[in-house]
Amino acid sequence: MTILNWLRGLFILVMVAIVLYPVLWVVSLAFSGGQSLALVSVPEGASFFEALRALLPLPQQWSLANFEGLLTEQPFGRWLLNSLIIAAATTIVGVLLACSAAYALSRFRFPGRERGLMLLLVSQMFPATLMLIPLYVIIVEWLQLGNTWLGLIAVYSITALPFCVWMLKGYFDSLPVDIEEAALMEGASPVAIFWRIALPLAKPAIAVTALFSFLTAWNEFILASIFMDEEALYTVPVGLRFFVSDFSAQWGYFAAGSVLVSLPVVILFLGLQRFLVSGLSAGAVKG
Amino acid sequence: MASISLKKIVKQYGQQAATIPGLDLEIRDGEFMVLVGPSGCGKSTTLRMIAGLESVSDGELRIGERLVNDVAAGERNIAMVFQSYALYPHMTVFENMAFGLRVRKTPDAKVREQVEATARALGLEPLLQRKPGELSGGQRQRVALGRALVRNPDVFLFDEPLSNLDAELRTQMRAEIARLHRTQGTTSVYVTHDQVEAMTLGDRIAIMNGGRLMQVGTPAELYSAPDNTFVAQFMGSPPMNIFSGQRDGTRLRTAFFEIELPTATAAALPTELQVGLRPECLSTTGTAATLNGRVEMIECLGHEGLAYLAAGDTQLRAKLAMEQLPQTGTDAVLRFNPADLYFFDTNGERIAATSVEPAGTALETAGA
Repeated sequence: MTILNWLRGLFILVMVAIVLYPVLWVVSLAFSGGQSLALVSVPEGASFFEALRALLPLPQQWSLANFEGLLTEQPFGRWLLNSLIIAAATTIVGVLLACSAAYALSRFRFPGRERGLMLLLVSQMFPATLMLIPLYVIIVEWLQLGNTWLGLIAVYSITALPFCVWMLKGYFDSLPVDIEEAALMEGASPVAIFWRIALPLAKPAIAVTALFSFLTAWNEFILASIFMDEEALYTVPVGLRFFVSDFSAQWGYFAAGSVLVSLPVVILFLGLQRFLVSGLSAGAVKG
Repeated sequence: MASISLKKIVKQYGQQAATIPGLDLEIRDGEFMVLVGPSGCGKSTTLRMIAGLESVSDGELRIGERLVNDVAAGERNIAMVFQSYALYPHMTVFENMAFGLRVRKTPDAKVREQVEATARALGLEPLLQRKPGELSGGQRQRVALGRALVRNPDVFLFDEPLSNLDAELRTQMRAEIARLHRTQGTTSVYVTHDQVEAMTLGDRIAIMNGGRLMQVGTPAELYSAPDNTFVAQFMGSPPMNIFSGQRDGTRLRTAFFEIELPTATAAALPTELQVGLRPECLSTTGTAATLNGRVEMIECLGHEGLAYLAAGDTQLRAKLAMEQLPQTGTDAVLRFNPADLYFFDTNGERIAATSVEPAGTALETAGA
């Protein structure tokens, strides 16, 4: 029994190491102060154990030089701002659209409701890359929204919409209709019921969809790299990519940027954790 | 305050057969009307049509003099208490009660005054700053009542408001609702499937089955003069015993007894009929007629008990005093007054003017 427990513990440790190793490597690279992918230079004729040290994700010395460089020498702050604005606007627009659409789909019966819902699902079945060319034509050539925040915000909030609508619709479905009927009888208009009753009750689901919208915009790379030609308008993922290309290999900046770009996501997740648990399991059990 | 009038009200969903094929019901000003019936009988649908939460497919629905078929729920000045309480979980008790007033743009001072007055009347003052999640079931129901009361509506609607409460609380809240109706005198429509609630609360009761009105009347009328076997069996606990009978000349034969009928009564009865007798009208003492049956089971309820008698395939329940309860497995002889018999035709409709009067005099028991 105890041996089994030990084995189980060992197995979990190995799994954790496999997951954490690359993350630790990136963090170490970021704090190494250098641009080399190797953290430790192994001298000629080093012993086996010295060579083994090169595999440990620990830099030879700790330094904030990469972060300083990133924020002063490189336009990283500018990219961060672009990403923040685009992701925040995507979240607001996406959640607003998703809430009103999901509420209507959940509460009202109208022609095309079933088909509309199915269509939203079907749209998720095509690979995203399939939409690259049509989206480029629509956004950049027709609407002339290439190299603008607006173009990306529009695309991101719309691509996140099907998931958000389904997620929220499921949650609205689980809210008792009685509550809204009570408000209706008290003379509240459908708009008042939506804002004052339904939305406050759907907070957990809204938190989940908001996070999803934010992440969609924050992490997206392909569309942003196609729509944005000007360096000043890059989002963080696009900007980071240019540190490591055919002509440069600034792994230190790349790693430092990656660490910085993950921070808001981590903070958001921690902050919304409480809602996430109740939101993702919403509707599973009544009451 | 207002009367409610339903004229040929129809409710139909899509192309299906109508859920309510045509309902006529007059609810008087200030009356406490109970709609009662088994689940799926259309009582809740009727209530929701009065509330404005369901559309009326056809017919005329009036509150007071006003035709309200197409008036929105919020404009009917009706308050409703839901089975699930339907409180706003993210608002405090005060905000819950104030919601309707605030939606109607009532000035803040007046909102405060009205909410506090209602809270005082219902003993809700200490709870005003709590949220529904922190309240017990009884307290929540009280808040739901308060929310309905505070607006001073013309009509109160209750949709099985007590069915989520335990037995003791239910009795308590039932008394509370009765008291409120006495003091406020507001026209009320109350839906329930519980005949005890119906009997104790209703000025009049409307019994529904399959979307149709079976009978409307005071509790006493429905109990003593049911129009059909459905009403006869719905009112009263345990329900009225109904079994088939055959009339041969002036003799009435059933599985349990055989009696001689007065000529006038016999003349009004068909040869095949159904006979009803309430369990509480049976006894081991007294005069008049006797019936025989085998005791299959007895249930003790404390100061009284139920005896289940069988004769052939026919069964019958008798409510007897504890000391009168026969032994299981024995043959029992019970007595009843033939005046307590009800006669129904084979379709279950009461055969008019067929009570056996005067009680017991013109009758002799023919030992079965």
